[in-house]
Amino acid sequence: MNAPLFDVGQRVRIHDRTPPVHHRVPNYVKGQVGTVERVCGMHGEPEKFIRGDGNPRQRIYRIKIQQENLWQEYQGSARDCLEVEIFEHWLEAAK
Amino acid sequence: MTDHDHDHEHEHDHSRTFQADHAEPTSDGARIGLALRELLIEAGHYTAEEEQTVIAAMQGASPRDGGKIAARAWVDAEYKKRLLDNGAAAIRELGYEIEPYEFTVMENDSSTHNIIVCTLCSCYPRSLLGMSPAWYKSSTYRARVVREPRTVLTEFGVKLTNDIDVRVHDSTAELRYMVLPERPIGTEDWSEAKLAALITRDSLIGTQRELVLP
Repeated sequence: MNAPLFDVGQRVRIHDRTPPVHHRVPNYVKGQVGTVERVCGMHGEPEKFIRGDGNPRQRIYRIKIQQENLWQEYQGSARDCLEVEIFEHWLEAAK
Repeated sequence: MTDHDHDHEHEHDHSRTFQADHAEPTSDGARIGLALRELLIEAGHYTAEEEQTVIAAMQGASPRDGGKIAARAWVDAEYKKRLLDNGAAAIRELGYEIEPYEFTVMENDSSTHNIIVCTLCSCYPRSLLGMSPAWYKSSTYRARVVREPRTVLTEFGVKLTNDIDVRVHDSTAELRYMVLPERPIGTEDWSEAKLAALITRDSLIGTQRELVLP
């Protein structure tokens, strides 16, 4: 298993791109900055698998994004959040 | 294609992939799905028996199983710690088979409410809770609960003040989720079995918060 690139609590940005194949990143979180809520295991990477390029394993992270950052019109507490599973190759360190 | 004649009726003996009491497919989509499964079985990717076993396990699963796991966590603090730390391992301890997903249990408490959705499709912990409710798969629930969870919760009868944080979990990849509801006040001397019977499917998804005492 590869060592995780990101740690719990680290700020990360989710890439804003749309590969022309099946991928497991919903549009509404693309480009968003969040923090790593937990480091999960290694799982098959959908984009490569769907192109027939085998089923290489990639680290998954749970990323926590504050709702206020996601939706301008959000109604609720400033602490409300959304947590989403993102593969490592969709993440980069953020300030 | 060889000289094998494919003009004939579909009569050669594939391993059937569906249950004995299952109707023959009538829509094009269902026929294509069945043909694909039969081809995968013929190619040796898995056997018809393996598929039957998985289907039977999903049909046999029900929210009662989730309730038993939650009740164990309420009565056994050490078990609860293991369940929140590594859900899949702790659930397997009780004899449930939930491969191949990572299983994540999120705990409600006096200042947090958790709710589960899958916006991309309709991922649901079927191997543990059985089939998902129709509303869980609806595009309306999936689109709205990430954007206005408090409004959706109100429609389910859950009124939250702003001192309770809402955590929405979008099941986008290889994890599956279950909410651990709060143990109701007044159940301190209840048996584990009696506690388990209180727990509903919706409280394990997060569209219900208060459990109702009989």
